[in-house]
Amino acid sequence: MALNLSYVGRAFPYDEPFSVGVEKIREFARAIGDDNPLYRDRDAAREAGYPDIVAPPTFAIAVIMKAQDALLFDPELGLDFAVVVHGNQRFVHHRPIHAGDELTSTPFVDQVRVLAGNDVISLRTEVTDVQGAPVCTAYGTLVARADV
Amino acid sequence: MTPVFDDLSVGDALPPLTLHVTRAQLVRYAGAAGDFNAIHWNPRVAREVGLPDVIAHGMLTMASAGRVVTDWVGDPGRLRQFEVRFTRPVIVPDDDEGAELDLTAVIGALDPEARTARIDITAKFAGQTVLGKARALVTLS
Repeated sequence: MALNLSYVGRAFPYDEPFSVGVEKIREFARAIGDDNPLYRDRDAAREAGYPDIVAPPTFAIAVIMKAQDALLFDPELGLDFAVVVHGNQRFVHHRPIHAGDELTSTPFVDQVRVLAGNDVISLRTEVTDVQGAPVCTAYGTLVARADV
Repeated sequence: MTPVFDDLSVGDALPPLTLHVTRAQLVRYAGAAGDFNAIHWNPRVAREVGLPDVIAHGMLTMASAGRVVTDWVGDPGRLRQFEVRFTRPVIVPDDDEGAELDLTAVIGALDPEARTARIDITAKFAGQTVLGKARALVTLS
């Protein structure tokens, strides 16, 4: 067991908020090949009742990336990142993310275990806005393959 | 046309989608998402960790699967929950065509009280599924 069991149940707050910009959402939408007007057209988004363009549902992964990486690359955690693959991912959207949001991500280690010799870590990251209201809860499992 | 809850039945199919994931798209996605893991752009590193070649970001495959749902529902804000398991890698060849991803989806369950639909998505590459338990929950009027 390479993973540090003392990390289970702990929160790892990340101080730097993620500022959701118009161009970052447009860049992400282009990268996934999605031309939904609500991801790029500010007037269309406002007509649909949003303050600004909205982000694709999986954009949340970009929002939490730095906070999650700060935890995953922590040498004390003991995760061999060179052999890590993504096991599963789940997003619960409490409301859509839109341009102008200032989002804070707090990752938690929900579980670590060994499955078929592989180290498996399950994370939950709570994303909140400047008012502290919940925006998204992201659950992800990463697997460090032992067969490499 | 936005789908209306009362018009839907379990088993109804959503319009399918076929996409081609190219190396150029992986580079673009790496930058947009901030995921620079070399297995998604460097064949040497991919082979060193036992992969046949460069593979697509799982999250790009998930994003593509989500498009089947948001293309259908129109307003992506209606997608309240979305989950996938990554069961097989999508291997992306070094050519202009890329890896073909076939995406289909059906209505898996309907909740009349919450007026939500669970959408069950199937993602196939080279004839095999690459996602397991790929599900989205959408709210409808």
